[in-house]
Amino acid sequence: MIKRVFYLFATLLLLAGAPLPVSAADGFEQAIVQLTERSFRTKETAIVSIAESGDERALPLLKRLLDGDVRYLRYARTVVYAEKAEGGYRITEVLTGEELGIKDRREAKRVVINNALRSVLRRQIASLSLNSDAPALRLAAVREMSGGLDDETASALEARQQVESNATIREAIDTALALRDLESEDKALRLAAIERLHGSLEPVATLRLHDLAEGEASAEVKQAAQNALKAIAFNRDLSGFGETLFFGLSLGSVLVLAAIGLAITFGVMGVINMAHGELIMLGAYTTYVVQQLMPNHIGLSILVSIPAAFLISALAGIAIERGVIRHLYGRPLETLLATFGISLILQQTVRTIFSPLNRSVATPEFMSGALEINSALTLTYNRLYVFAFCLLVFAALLFILKKTPLGLQVRAVSQNRAMARAMGVRSEWVDALTFGLGSGVAGVAGVALSQLTNVGPNLGQAYIIDSFMVVVFGGVGNLWGTLVAGLSLGVANKVLEPWSGAVLAKILVLAFIILFIQKRPRGLFPQKGRAAEG
Amino acid sequence: MFLKQILAGDRGGQTLLALLAVITVLVPILNLAVPEGSPLHLSTYTLTLTGKYLTYALLAVAVDLVWGYLGILSLGHAAFFALGGYAMGMYLMRQIGDRGVYGNPDLPDFMVFLDWQELPWFWYGFDQFWFAALMVMLVPGLVAFAFGWFAFRSRVTGVYLSIITQALTYALMLAFFRNEMGFGGNNGLTDFKEILGFNLQADTTRVALFVASAVALGLGYVACRAIVTSRLGRVSLAIRDAEARTRFIGYRVEHVKLAIFTFSAVLAGIAGALYVPQVGIINPGEFSPLNSIELVIWVAVGGRATLYGAVVGAILVNYAKTTFTGIMPEAWLFALGGLFVVVTLFLPRGVTGLLRRKEASA
Repeated sequence: MIKRVFYLFATLLLLAGAPLPVSAADGFEQAIVQLTERSFRTKETAIVSIAESGDERALPLLKRLLDGDVRYLRYARTVVYAEKAEGGYRITEVLTGEELGIKDRREAKRVVINNALRSVLRRQIASLSLNSDAPALRLAAVREMSGGLDDETASALEARQQVESNATIREAIDTALALRDLESEDKALRLAAIERLHGSLEPVATLRLHDLAEGEASAEVKQAAQNALKAIAFNRDLSGFGETLFFGLSLGSVLVLAAIGLAITFGVMGVINMAHGELIMLGAYTTYVVQQLMPNHIGLSILVSIPAAFLISALAGIAIERGVIRHLYGRPLETLLATFGISLILQQTVRTIFSPLNRSVATPEFMSGALEINSALTLTYNRLYVFAFCLLVFAALLFILKKTPLGLQVRAVSQNRAMARAMGVRSEWVDALTFGLGSGVAGVAGVALSQLTNVGPNLGQAYIIDSFMVVVFGGVGNLWGTLVAGLSLGVANKVLEPWSGAVLAKILVLAFIILFIQKRPRGLFPQKGRAAEG
Repeated sequence: MFLKQILAGDRGGQTLLALLAVITVLVPILNLAVPEGSPLHLSTYTLTLTGKYLTYALLAVAVDLVWGYLGILSLGHAAFFALGGYAMGMYLMRQIGDRGVYGNPDLPDFMVFLDWQELPWFWYGFDQFWFAALMVMLVPGLVAFAFGWFAFRSRVTGVYLSIITQALTYALMLAFFRNEMGFGGNNGLTDFKEILGFNLQADTTRVALFVASAVALGLGYVACRAIVTSRLGRVSLAIRDAEARTRFIGYRVEHVKLAIFTFSAVLAGIAGALYVPQVGIINPGEFSPLNSIELVIWVAVGGRATLYGAVVGAILVNYAKTTFTGIMPEAWLFALGGLFVVVTLFLPRGVTGLLRRKEASA
């Protein structure tokens, strides 16, 4: 009996409905119907419970409610999003996202809101987005608000600032609040705000400070604003410089990757291989094919394609060396023509197999996105990876040439073939392996390039002249020269670009190299001694 | 007398000049006088195509002069060809007058399109034929002179020189692709109407251009032949075979190279100027490094250091190109690529070399 009374009591308590244990979605769905009521007070409760429901549909709904895009169907009382279209409104149901066609304004009635509701909405939107779990969302919310702060959002920001753990977001909130203080009547507050905006890279800050520096009555504030602007300009220049440097080094790393295989075949062996660009292209296509074979493991496919591209290009290179170049040693101009013919054949082969259209290679997860240093300077991960990869390949090649038996033999043959043969080095074998190594590195460069540009039959052609320029500029037969030349040409190109335009920058760099070769025909780091006479 | 002297022992050259003389007489008759239904009639299409081949042949002769006799493998000769072509194209553009799409009497169409207000200074004078004709020779000549001045004096030779000539034409191509250069950018110069007041579409004008090309080829051949049989030619052969030794004997190697290189560039410019009115367009694609290197293979196919071999090679390869690209366009690059490999590996003396060997053994 007592038990039964207790149950009854408990049920009553539940029905009386202090916090009802309903799921988040249910709360959202119940609240949303209340939006169709006439009473503004009911709507206010509805808005608050929507915001507190934790449903992911809440934020877009509130935003669009504020924009006046939310309507409801007259009889069914379904709340919908409305977009202006011909003959009325294009209607989408809020709960299901289902499209309900076009209704006119009598069928789809507006959810009317007044100013009091608007400020409730703003406050709820601000705290909703500010308290989201993802830092990126929070940052975006702060950025969005920092334009025009009203009192509600400002207080939400201040509240958030106390608990925020992410430094970038704290800084962004700080900027937003300082921007509000700039408008304040109190001179001390304005000065403090200017102090906080000193050197800030937010475009809004620059704009406001500019207004202050021009139209401000108080000379003291004016002066402070001008100083802050100077600091901003300096910071911006610094970031711009950093960006140019980064892009330059990135372009340079691509050049080095493309040229470093050539530095071996042309620099060390003295063979002009005009098909070098096509070996790069083969590497890029290998990446594409590997990715087609394992479409569900994009990240892994890149790792697999590095050795695969090396092998394929190396084999192609060895075939070229054994088949053609071997017969033309000592006749560099003929080698040039024959390998050019090979490059045409390779291009056309790829065009026949894969079609002349560009193929796109997907970028794996870990390489996409960007590292944001400040709002004026972001470094994309794929370029960072390619740069690191370039250094890695360079180090590996240096190691092979300087520390392994193969490297020793390669250097021996390139310095004095007859003597090396006399000492028992199989020079033909070394030739083939060296050429294979240079070609394989070209293939690996193709893997890196596939992450930056489209993969097409003309990919190699675009790099061949640049690669030769890098090798010749750096000094034939010198790997370090290739590295320095590639990176400095990349940076020079990007430094010139904003001043002269991309194409002219390229022409200027080419002209510079042509003149440089006239002055120092053996490049930046010429080989010394007998080998130089070749 | 002069001709007899320089053509002595040059069987190929004699045959070539005789052939040229025959076609300059015969082709106009076959095209203009023979009625269209007759099997002997030569269509204007074939006529223009052959005229185009003749300008290519002149270009090939110019390349053979520097490659075959001086040992400079220029991978940028198409640049001089294109420069000559552009000079002629500018004259033809000015001849359009107010018959362009926009009907502007002072500015070519593409300038109106780019909203330019007045003619850039480097277009001045191109409404006069004599000025354009002068520029056809002067511009490629000056570019070659300036380039050679730097290159030869600092003793850039061999493969290095080849690669920087390629860089030269590449840089020019990029430059001409820019709209701001004032040469029509991507589209180049086209839509020509008339030359010296004659309609470019008329058969008689086409025949005249063909004859002009044939005559230019003949004169160019004779001029090159005169150079290679002169003392200058013998010095240049010496430079090709042993540059350092020639220098030590006391010859100014740089001057010889510069003179012949510049002359060759002028010839290439003339070839370009004759080419443009026949095909009716000139665009930056002509500067592409592929073109320059392709024309080297014409010379290699025909046979280096023979001059007439260059003519044979240019006509053979281009005829093959026209036929192949018509029947199976896919196969052309395979064929061209294969040609590069086969000729360098197995035919170092080209097609005419085969004939000569037979002659020698007979």
